[in-house]
Amino acid sequence: MSWEPVIGLEIHAQLQTKSKIFSGASTAFGSEPNTQACIIDLGMPGVLPVLNREAVRMAIAFGLAIGAPVAPRSIFARKNYFYPDLPKGYQISQYETPIVGKGSVRILMDDGAVREIGVTRAHLEEDAGKSLHEDFHGMSGIDLNRAGTPLLEIVSEPDMRSAKEAVAYMKTIHALVRYLGICDGNMQEGSFRCDANVSVRRGGDPKFGTRCEIKNINSFRFVERAINHEIERQIEVIEGGGKIDQETRLYDPDRNETRTMRSKEEANDYRYFPDPDLLPVVVDDAFVAAVRDSLPELPEAKRERFMAHYALSAYDAGVLTASRELADYYESTVAAANGESKFAANWVMGDLAAFLNKEGREIADSPVTPAMLGSLVNRIVDKTISGTIAKKVFELMWNGEGDPDAVIARHGLKQVTDTGAIEKAIAEVMAENPQQLGQYRSGKDKLFGFFVGQVMKKTQGKASPEQVNALLKDKLAP
Amino acid sequence: MSLSRQDVEKIAHLARLQITEEQIPGFAAQLSNILAFVEQMNSARTAGVEPMAHPFDTPTRMRDDVVTEINEREVMQSIAPAVEAGLYLVPKVIE
Repeated sequence: MSWEPVIGLEIHAQLQTKSKIFSGASTAFGSEPNTQACIIDLGMPGVLPVLNREAVRMAIAFGLAIGAPVAPRSIFARKNYFYPDLPKGYQISQYETPIVGKGSVRILMDDGAVREIGVTRAHLEEDAGKSLHEDFHGMSGIDLNRAGTPLLEIVSEPDMRSAKEAVAYMKTIHALVRYLGICDGNMQEGSFRCDANVSVRRGGDPKFGTRCEIKNINSFRFVERAINHEIERQIEVIEGGGKIDQETRLYDPDRNETRTMRSKEEANDYRYFPDPDLLPVVVDDAFVAAVRDSLPELPEAKRERFMAHYALSAYDAGVLTASRELADYYESTVAAANGESKFAANWVMGDLAAFLNKEGREIADSPVTPAMLGSLVNRIVDKTISGTIAKKVFELMWNGEGDPDAVIARHGLKQVTDTGAIEKAIAEVMAENPQQLGQYRSGKDKLFGFFVGQVMKKTQGKASPEQVNALLKDKLAP
Repeated sequence: MSLSRQDVEKIAHLARLQITEEQIPGFAAQLSNILAFVEQMNSARTAGVEPMAHPFDTPTRMRDDVVTEINEREVMQSIAPAVEAGLYLVPKVIE
C-alpha cells in the first residue's frame, strides 16, 4: 500500500523595514545585544504601540502578488504565552482577520511540471527576541534586539505532496518576497524561516492523517531532509501498528532527525483576544492602488517573458529569474552582447555561476560586469577568439585584468585565422606523428580528433577550430 | 455556565498565577459570574451589527518608517536583576 504525504508550510518572513512594527527602534541585524530594544519593545508599563505604515504596505504588496484579497479592515490580537524572549507576555499578531486573505502561487518543478499551491492567509505580527542558552552561570541570556521586528507569516494550504514540492514552494515564496523587496531572504540570519506541518495517509484516502509540526528549519536543504525524515518516521510508526500523536517536533540537522518538543496535551492555549492598544487597521482603495502601481515585474511573468523574448527553455528561464539581481544581470549581458540571448544564458549559468559559487560571491560582487561578459560573447561571435580561449579570457577578467579586448591583446589570445600558419602547424604535426598518420589513412577515422588536438596544442589553442577542421580533412586525406 | 476547580487551576496556570486552595471557590464563583454576564449579552439581538474591535470605532494611526529610538540599554538594564555581556539573564529556560 502506498503512502501519500500531505504537507503545509508556515513561513515567517521578516519585513525589511528600517524600524520595528510598533516602535521607532532600529531593526538592523547584528548590533550589540539589547541596544535596539526600546521601552515599547520591552513592554514597559504605559507604553503604546504605533503601527509602521511601511510594514502594512509590504504586506499589501505580498497579497497583491499572490492574487489574494487585501482586507479593508484587519485587527491585531494578542497571542498570550510566557517565554523570556517575549517581554510583554504576549505577541501582537493577527488572528481572525488577517490583512491578506486566500491566494495562490504556481511552483515549477525540475521536470517542468507546474503546480498551483494555495496560500491560506498572510498576517502581520511582531518577532520575539533571542534566547542564548550558552551557560551564563546556569542562566539563559536574552537579547531583545529582534523583539518587535515586523514579520509576515505566510500560511499555505496542505497542498504539497512531497518534500520536493515543499522546497519548490518555499523557493517560490523566497524569490517572490525578494522580488517585492519586502524581505532580504537571509536564512542564516533568520530573516526567512519555515515550520512544516506533515502527515501521511494511504493513497486514495480522502481524510488527512494526524499531523506533526516541525520547527526550526532554516535552509532549503534542511526542509527537504526534515520532511523526508518525518514522512519515513510516521510511516514506520503506523506500519508498526502505532499511531501518530499530534505534536510539535524539533528538527536536529546534525543528527538528521526530528524529536518531540511538546505534545498536544501541553500545547499552548494562546487565549487570543483583540489587542485593546491597537485600533483596526483600515486600508483604503487608494493605498492598495498605489501599492499595485509600484509592484515590480514578478518572477513568473519574468520567466515567461524570458522564454518568449529570449527563446530560453523553461528550465533556463527559471534559473535566470531565480532572483531579480541575476535576471537584471542577464538582461544587461544580452543587451551588451547585441541580443545573443542563448550565448549569454550559457555564460551566465555556466562559467559565471561556477566562479560565483566557488568563491561564495553574490552576483552583485562579480568582478566581471554584464558589459564585459557581453563583449566577450561578441568576440566569440565575431570569431576573434574561440569558445575555449574565451574561458581563459573569462578567468583573466575574473582576476581583474579588465575588459575582454584588453585581455585578448595583452595575452595575444586572438584567434589564428591565417591559413598559412595553420597549415604550417598541420605539416609539423603530420611529420611528428607518422604512425598515427598511417593508421588514419588506413581507415582509423577516430584519430581525426587526435590530430585536431595536436594542432590546437601547437597553436596554444588559438587556431580557429573550424579552419583546423577543414584544413586537416584536406591534408590528412590519402 | 459554572467553572470547575480544574478550570480555575488551568486558567491560573496559563496566566502563571499562583493561587491557594482556599482562593479557588471564590475565583470559580467570580469567573462564573463573568461568564453568566457574557451569556446574558449573547441574548441581545446583534444580527446585522458589525462587530467592533475596539470601543473607539476609528482606524489605527500609522507612523512613517523612521528610526526614532536611541540606545538606552544602560538605563534599561539598571533595573534588571541580572545582566552580562549586554544580555538580560533569566533562569535557564531549557535543559
